[in-house]
Amino acid sequence: MVLVFSDNKNLSLELLNKGSELAKELGKNVTAVIVGKSDDALAKEYISHGADKVFIAETDIDSFKAEEYAGILEKVLKETGAEIVLVGSNKNGKDLASRLAGRLDAGCVIDCTNLYLKDKKLTVERVVYSGNAIAVEQFNSKPNIVTIPSKVFDPLAKDDKHTGDIVKKKFDVEKSASKVLKVQEMQTGDVNVEDAEIIVSCGRGFKSKDDIKLVSELAEVLKGKTVGCSRPIAADLKWLSEDHWIGLSGHKVKPKLYVAVGISGQIQHIAGMRDSSIIVAINKDPEALIFKSADYGIVGDLYEILPKLTNMVKEKMG
Amino acid sequence: MNIIVCAKQVVDVSEMKVDPNTKKPILQGVPQKISDIDKNAIEEAIKIKDKHGGKITVVTVGSSDAKEGIKELLAMGADEGVLISSPDKCDYRVVSSLLAEAIKKIGEYDIVLCGEASIDMFSGQVGPRLAGLLNMPQITYAQNVNAEKDKTVAVRNMGDKSVTTESSYPVLITVTKEINEPRLPSLMQILGAANKPINEWSADSLTKDLEPKVETLELKGIPMERKNIVYKDDVDDSVKKLVDSLAKEGVLR
Ligand SMILES: Cc1cc2nc3c(=O)[nH]c(=O)nc-3n(C[C@H](O)[C@H](O)[C@H](O)COP(=O)(O)OP(=O)(O)OC[C@H]3O[C@@H](n4cnc5c(N)ncnc54)[C@H](O)[C@@H]3O)c2cc1C
Ligand SMILES: Nc1ncnc2c1ncn2[C@@H]1O[C@H](COP(=O)(O)O)[C@@H](O)[C@H]1O
Repeated sequence: MVLVFSDNKNLSLELLNKGSELAKELGKNVTAVIVGKSDDALAKEYISHGADKVFIAETDIDSFKAEEYAGILEKVLKETGAEIVLVGSNKNGKDLASRLAGRLDAGCVIDCTNLYLKDKKLTVERVVYSGNAIAVEQFNSKPNIVTIPSKVFDPLAKDDKHTGDIVKKKFDVEKSASKVLKVQEMQTGDVNVEDAEIIVSCGRGFKSKDDIKLVSELAEVLKGKTVGCSRPIAADLKWLSEDHWIGLSGHKVKPKLYVAVGISGQIQHIAGMRDSSIIVAINKDPEALIFKSADYGIVGDLYEILPKLTNMVKEKMG
Repeated sequence: MNIIVCAKQVVDVSEMKVDPNTKKPILQGVPQKISDIDKNAIEEAIKIKDKHGGKITVVTVGSSDAKEGIKELLAMGADEGVLISSPDKCDYRVVSSLLAEAIKKIGEYDIVLCGEASIDMFSGQVGPRLAGLLNMPQITYAQNVNAEKDKTVAVRNMGDKSVTTESSYPVLITVTKEINEPRLPSLMQILGAANKPINEWSADSLTKDLEPKVETLELKGIPMERKNIVYKDDVDDSVKKLVDSLAKEGVLR
């Protein structure tokens, strides 16, 4: 059996697609797991998107703790005899999958971007070395635990005729010695770089926070409206909120056009934007690494180039 | 306060070259270094030790040349190193089991620190996996840690939320790159570190059960072909050429 779990509904729907494909190939079922309050509406939605079964593990745990969720999934696994566990790869999911793997002494691969059966064994691919390579990994014993990031798979189309069982069960799990004291929403700029078609990004080449308007102006005329940034702009200087941050430890993006302004092009930044269709770089240093990863580039001072570029794009687009 | 820091020696990914024919990365001859975020973990350990006293032990599963990396961490302020020879066939299960057995052998620990992820693999698996093996609470993605006498309070960066979590000891914490600025050891500290012990433990002496559960079949290259057209003369000219090119690419609509 294939188990699917994420605390994010959309991610669960995406995983159900891959999960049901693998299950069919194995001649088994795919089961979606819900942890928390019993939610029949959600269970039915999972079924209409491919789940053969929904396992609702009822608990009164109020906040996510990987310790306790791993305890619950361990019991669900025992109960269902699942062989493959697909977990949504957000931070909670990675924590949970890894801890569960520790508890079960099982194989685990984080952030898989491809999954298939080869010689009947689950085989997965993941990006390694900051985007320099893809490792092909194969499980040689069960259970197999993997996490899958969002947008790797699309959800199956909704099919109201697809049927499935809903099973509910309450488990006692060992409580964690940790306590959540406070949960605070982070400040966001309300951008969604992951879905953006055009992104203009800024880096340390900018001298002050105010100057970032040069980037938003270009983004505006490019009809992309989406501003991204390198790590230092969000993490160290905090000129932009973290939802703008692109790279290995930030967001992965794949727009049609990515414009990197005042960004040196270190591999950790490239790791987040290398799937862009067209990459443009503006940098005053002709030796900057970013030009190696760019389709088009201009060597020069961004303060001179950006206003001119914005104007000319405006003219061109009419 | 007894603190154990797990630190990994990695290839320096920014120095990696790709074989022009196979497009695969060349792993031979790439310089090695301690994974960036593990230095943040050491720095945090030093801060906690400065406050409460105690001992910092660094544990690494790796090859014998990882000693150089461990020396650097001893120079920063760790007290003792443990180097566990990495078996030929290694996966996360093997590495985590070895770290867990080593930690049990060290015996006394209040805090186990890891990086949020290693810079070469970037999984973030070892920390929580180890916490599961040792059955202790885990606080991941800590961007701020306040260690008090009998408990720790940490702020976790969960991307869209920040979560403040408290735990008694022992606790496993993984830290982010933003938590602090790792110090550069002085020449005196580098010289002094030569006298600090690095214990070498064989993998077999820790556990006999070293079968990996996941095997790497292949490393595939990711070709990134770009046009690399760079305009560098007159700015007006360059801007015009760029806009024309973008129009031809069909992205100015
Ligand atoms: C574990 C880890 C994870 C990381 N994750 C990420 C990540 O997710 N995202 C990320 O971006 N980075 C990440 N980094 C950091 C990364 O290695 C680089 O340090 C970072 O990307 C550099 O940002 P930058 O290009 O904005 O700044 P710099 O490297 O300082 O580059 C600034 C550039 O601006 C140019 N410039 C200066 N003035 C001008 C001007 N007037 N006109 C034109 N050009 C100008 C300079 O020539 C230079 O190339 C990570 C690092 C580590 C160790
Ligand atoms: N071989 C290793 N030896 C010691 N610590 C390690 C090793 N591999 C990973 N770690 C620790 O686990 C963290 C996360 O690594 P990873 O799961 O590979 O992303 C690292 O930052 C280290 O703290």
